[in-house]
Amino acid sequence: MSMPIFSAGSDPGANFSELLRRVGLSPFDSVSLDNELVIPHATTCVAMKCNGGVVMAGDRRATSGNLISHRSMEKVVQADEFSGVAIAGAAGPAMEMIKLFQLQLEHYEKVEGQTLSLEGKANQLSTFVRSNLPAAMQGLVVVPIFAGFDFFSENGRLWDYDVTGGRYEEKDFVATGSGMLHAATVMRVSWRRELSVDEAIKLCARALWEASDADSATGGPDVLRGIYPVIASITANGWSAVNDQQLTKIYQEIATEVGAR
Amino acid sequence: MNMPYYVPPEQFMKDRADYARKGIARGRALVALQYLDGIALVSENPSATLHKISEIYDRIAFAGVGKYNEFDQLRVAGVRAADIKGYQFSRQDVDARSLVNQYAQILSQVFSEAPKPMEVELIVAETGLEKQQDRLFHVMYDGTVLDEHNFSVLGGDADAVTERLKSAFVVDATLKVAINSAVKALSGPDNKLEYSDLEVAVLERNGKRRCFRRIDGDELNAMFS
Repeated sequence: MSMPIFSAGSDPGANFSELLRRVGLSPFDSVSLDNELVIPHATTCVAMKCNGGVVMAGDRRATSGNLISHRSMEKVVQADEFSGVAIAGAAGPAMEMIKLFQLQLEHYEKVEGQTLSLEGKANQLSTFVRSNLPAAMQGLVVVPIFAGFDFFSENGRLWDYDVTGGRYEEKDFVATGSGMLHAATVMRVSWRRELSVDEAIKLCARALWEASDADSATGGPDVLRGIYPVIASITANGWSAVNDQQLTKIYQEIATEVGAR
Repeated sequence: MNMPYYVPPEQFMKDRADYARKGIARGRALVALQYLDGIALVSENPSATLHKISEIYDRIAFAGVGKYNEFDQLRVAGVRAADIKGYQFSRQDVDARSLVNQYAQILSQVFSEAPKPMEVELIVAETGLEKQQDRLFHVMYDGTVLDEHNFSVLGGDADAVTERLKSAFVVDATLKVAINSAVKALSGPDNKLEYSDLEVAVLERNGKRRCFRRIDGDELNAMFS
């Protein structure tokens, strides 16, 4: 392997995906699918603003048609210290996109010596989603949510995307994936501007509960195996995932409440 | 017909080496030293934005002295090589030794073939999971690689700084002691360094993925005893 050195005029700068293209490793080169493939799909993810930041959550189930292909997929992942991505869609390209996005943020930070702004990160993800369009036309759709803490405006911000890379900043909350309608309804009813981080975590848990109750492709809390949705908050102190003990407690409370109605 | 002048290869190499050494000695010195929980890199650098020390990968740091644009080009190439390797294979497969070999290839090629040699010297430091796995590689302007232990000094009046650091160095020191011995070595008799003259960073065994951390501002000030 030789060291990638470029002449001043053709230097890819801090752009990692361009660098990969130059060295012949581009992950976005179009694939052609002649037959309908059964590909694992990821499902419901939500994100909402709260006092001092944002909370993101996603279930753990991946499905291939009517079968459950994975029970412990992590669709909500940390992008860097102050941001996270949640992904719904075809699992393979989605995971590749997350991996590349994480690397791009770190690569930029190291090459340039400073981190991208939150808006810059959101914009970068939009480019990745757009690059996936040829694959999306063949059914490999990937639609992420991006959220993080913005040190310019000193609050949490969140964006959702469409398959063409369209980037839409949301003011309050957003849901994506097959269970999005149910999850969004729960949030629409209970979301308030001044929610604390803990309240937002509980509301996200509840939104995923209702989505999994009504949508077969969304996984609920799996008490038997100890698999719970991934829920994380991002504040000025950075990314913090809710641990399994707390999640067990939150879901026990929800189960008790639902059982009593 | 004009006959080209004959320059014997010994003279050719010596001229180039002298040229490179002069350029490197003009700059200010930099030291890298092991301490209990990792490797500290300390240099005299009046600029807060043009870094001599930077992060290459999770456990690997880079430091360069000499001509800024030349070692910065090598730094960026190192970040690229490491990120591509980690993307293509695994993060565990990225190691300092392989990077150093690539740097050595480039520097030796430039030294003997390009119109002028690069006026740079580099340190590639890597902190392992255990102290025994820490690595401190010193790459010279002609591609010579030195695998150093305890500490490494480059740039400026390197010999004098090395002598001072030999007496100030403490094995398994705390970070504070390590930084103070580095500053003592860099300072010299007629050059009293303030914390604002310094660029300091560490690779620390902290259990996190990315071990590189800059130490500046109040934290650096507090290190001065």
